Amino acid sequence: MSAAPQHAPKMAQLSLSDRLGPWMPVLLIPILIVLGFLAIPSTSSWLTLTVSGLAMGMMIFIMASGLTLVFGLMDVINFGHGAFVSVGAFVGISILLMLGHMTEAPSLVLNLLAVLAAVLVAMLATGAMGWAFERVIVKPVYGHHLKQILVTVGGLIVVEQLIIVFWGPEEIYLMRPEALQGAITFAGAALEKYRLVAVGVGLVVFAAMRFVLRRTKIGLIVRAGVENGEMVQALGYRLRLVFVGVFIAGSALAGLGGVMWGLYQEVITAHMGNQAMILIFIVVIIGGLGSVEGCFIGALLVGLMQNYVAFLEPKVALISNIGLMVAILMWRPMGMIPVVKAK
Amino acid sequence: MQNRLLSGDMPRSTVLALILGAILLCLAFAPFLFPGVRSVDTAARICIFIVLVASYDLMLGYGGIVSFAHTMFFGIGAYGVALASTHMGRGFDALLVGSASGALVAAALALVIGLFSLRVPAIFFAMITLAVASAVAVPVSQLSNLTGGEDGLTFQTPRALGPAFKFGDELFGVRLNGKLLAYYFVFVGALVLFLLMLRVVNSPFGRVLQAIRENDFRAEAIGYRVVFYRVAATCLSAAIAALAGSLYAVWLRYVGPDTTLSMELMIDILLMVVIGGMGTMYGAVIGATLFVVAQNYLQNLMGAASDAVAAVPVLPELLNADRWLLWLGVLFILSVYFFPTGIVGRLRGARA
Amino acid sequence: MSDPILKLEGVFTDIAQYHILQGVDLDVPRGAVTMLLGRNGVGKTTTLRTIIGHWRARKGRILLDGEDITTTPTPAIARLGVGFVPEDMGIFADLTVEENMILAAVSGPLDPNRLERVFAAFPPLKTFWRAEAGNLSGGQKQMLSIARVMAEERRLYLIDELTKGLAPAIISTMARALRDLKARGASILLVEQNFAVAKALGDHAHVMDDGRVIWSGAMAELAGDADLQERLMGLSVEA
Repeated sequence: MSAAPQHAPKMAQLSLSDRLGPWMPVLLIPILIVLGFLAIPSTSSWLTLTVSGLAMGMMIFIMASGLTLVFGLMDVINFGHGAFVSVGAFVGISILLMLGHMTEAPSLVLNLLAVLAAVLVAMLATGAMGWAFERVIVKPVYGHHLKQILVTVGGLIVVEQLIIVFWGPEEIYLMRPEALQGAITFAGAALEKYRLVAVGVGLVVFAAMRFVLRRTKIGLIVRAGVENGEMVQALGYRLRLVFVGVFIAGSALAGLGGVMWGLYQEVITAHMGNQAMILIFIVVIIGGLGSVEGCFIGALLVGLMQNYVAFLEPKVALISNIGLMVAILMWRPMGMIPVVKAK
Repeated sequence: MQNRLLSGDMPRSTVLALILGAILLCLAFAPFLFPGVRSVDTAARICIFIVLVASYDLMLGYGGIVSFAHTMFFGIGAYGVALASTHMGRGFDALLVGSASGALVAAALALVIGLFSLRVPAIFFAMITLAVASAVAVPVSQLSNLTGGEDGLTFQTPRALGPAFKFGDELFGVRLNGKLLAYYFVFVGALVLFLLMLRVVNSPFGRVLQAIRENDFRAEAIGYRVVFYRVAATCLSAAIAALAGSLYAVWLRYVGPDTTLSMELMIDILLMVVIGGMGTMYGAVIGATLFVVAQNYLQNLMGAASDAVAAVPVLPELLNADRWLLWLGVLFILSVYFFPTGIVGRLRGARA
Repeated sequence: MSDPILKLEGVFTDIAQYHILQGVDLDVPRGAVTMLLGRNGVGKTTTLRTIIGHWRARKGRILLDGEDITTTPTPAIARLGVGFVPEDMGIFADLTVEENMILAAVSGPLDPNRLERVFAAFPPLKTFWRAEAGNLSGGQKQMLSIARVMAEERRLYLIDELTKGLAPAIISTMARALRDLKARGASILLVEQNFAVAKALGDHAHVMDDGRVIWSGAMAELAGDADLQERLMGLSVEA
């Protein structure tokens, strides 16, 4: 081997569509909002709907984010994820009802403390439940999709029934704490305070998740693990532990989403997680299974779509989201932000 | 003769053969063995669910495809008969048109879903069908003028299948009326459909399906067009599920979203097929029988048990008759872990 | 070859229903480059994957410094100081070059001195430090995969296909990097198809066929005997 010529480093040139490609999913959100503006005759209605669409999207994102990462990391599809939503809602709302003297008081601090307590307890409960669920239900069926689907559906049935055992079969109605009731008026549109708070919480959760995934070593391990778990292990990281951690965190987030969803609807039922699962599935599919960013964008699209269409033609709201899913999958069969799998 | 009827797929276990024989006899003479409205109704439901669950098994157990849209196909068949009978008047022609168009629409819809799913990863299929089935249930319960909305549709079936029609006095103390004929209409229909499915899974087509389930890469490599077989199995399964729905509509003379489209029903089907035994056809017979009987009678038993432990905290709640699904769920998880071939696989294994 | 760093004794590995390894015996001596040679599909990659624990041996023993690691989990094997470069390089395409390197340093932050050495060996990695690894060229990806095992001190390097599909210029860069590693006393087990590279780098060689090691000896001996090569690997050295 003779002396080599100096190797000249050079990046592959990207075409315009390649450069634009990654941004297309993000652009869909303003596009949908503009379409909503054109379709909805009254500007104030449009503003109200946009805020509630975003709020709904944020809540779906919080519920769905764990599911998408769990799939990405270990190829585990959890049909029982909705159980964490229900349990989170029931635990959280129970705490809120117990703290009635705090939620009814016209004090912002007391209200927020009560909500915070409810959220923390609900997240602890669903996190612990996630740990147990992973060990008992999911772990024995790694690498076997058919069994995973069956067993996690079984787990969902059992959890739903247990909720009924402990809380009774009736739906529970509730009132939001004083500070979260009512609306503010902006540009002639009534914007419910709670929805604005939900948007804020969703943004914070998304930002925190991105920070962890981009800026911490554990986040790097998770991202690398989604792409090539085998190699992560060959570098010396115990992927299983990381996976269990993600499962627990995802379950706790689903619990948080459950509390928020319960407060949003002002009624909770044992089946609410089951119903939420439909939207959650649509969101993780169109986002690209395993992608947190895709999940976020997908959730906002679904939330907006649901609210705009429900205003224009209530009967087809859910169908419109199926249409959205079909359209996106025709465009990108693996979802908007497909996860690169090494294998 | 027997071998030909069963398409060569014998029970292959004495106990299983005895159980199946007993179920067949009980269903064949149900109106005479168990007279009474409730027990005949139970028997008819068993017949219909055997077909429905077996058609699901065709997809899940033989094709390895997980779908949550099966009740949608069931509902299409049921609504087909209901709409035809409502608009064409009572008559066998309405039943024929309703069930045939129901089966066609179901197969066509399955084709669309199947072809669409080809574009996307297989793991999406289960999730997509779940979403689609839930979405379809919404307009059905909202388009009141067409489907009767939440209340559903009550309609009349041919005179010959109604209780008012009499064709004799009594036989062994059973009144010979249209209701009896309706039962045998359901029974024969279910039997024919079941034997047809048995034939399908034991045909070359069925063998290829199983080869695909075992190893789709290899099946593809050998030269089978995996996609074609999967989609065909889905369509066939959907059409038969629709026909089961038609039978259900004929029997109940009523359709509604809760009885034909609900997610609870879907979960029931899943429980029946897994507990009975996936990929065996006979599992559907055992699963459906066990489930429907349990649904109707186990609850009484649990109620009694719940009363017996009334003094203990929580336990009465756990044993409450309405909580039987809880225990079925536990049984379901355990059977996926420990007896993935269900009761039938267990019985066959014990013999070997 | 006394006191080898790695020793395989009668290792059998199955993948699904196929018996891939059928009793592999081999030694990897300390501080030398050991080549694992043989035609395609004879089990070289499976041997490396069995050592790192991606596949499990059905029978036989794998000893690292005398310690039995046959059933040790992959992450623990890695933390014993085994660096692995898989056949497909195992680059995390979604992560930047920097993030790939941070992950490669399991036990703590990246050592700046080592990083300097990596940059000296592979200048493009410095240029594209913050670029997504998925956008690198094939040769640059291979540089990154070698750089990753250089991020920490390892007892043993397992490298599957150092030069596959690379341009000649990059092949010599790779060879230089490996010679540098060896000069620092590294023990390397290298699977290589390019016989010229094998000849240039290898001290020892094992030749596999049909799931077994059929010849072991000095690389120089194999390199000097065209008949032997023809018999063992069915190839004659490219002219």
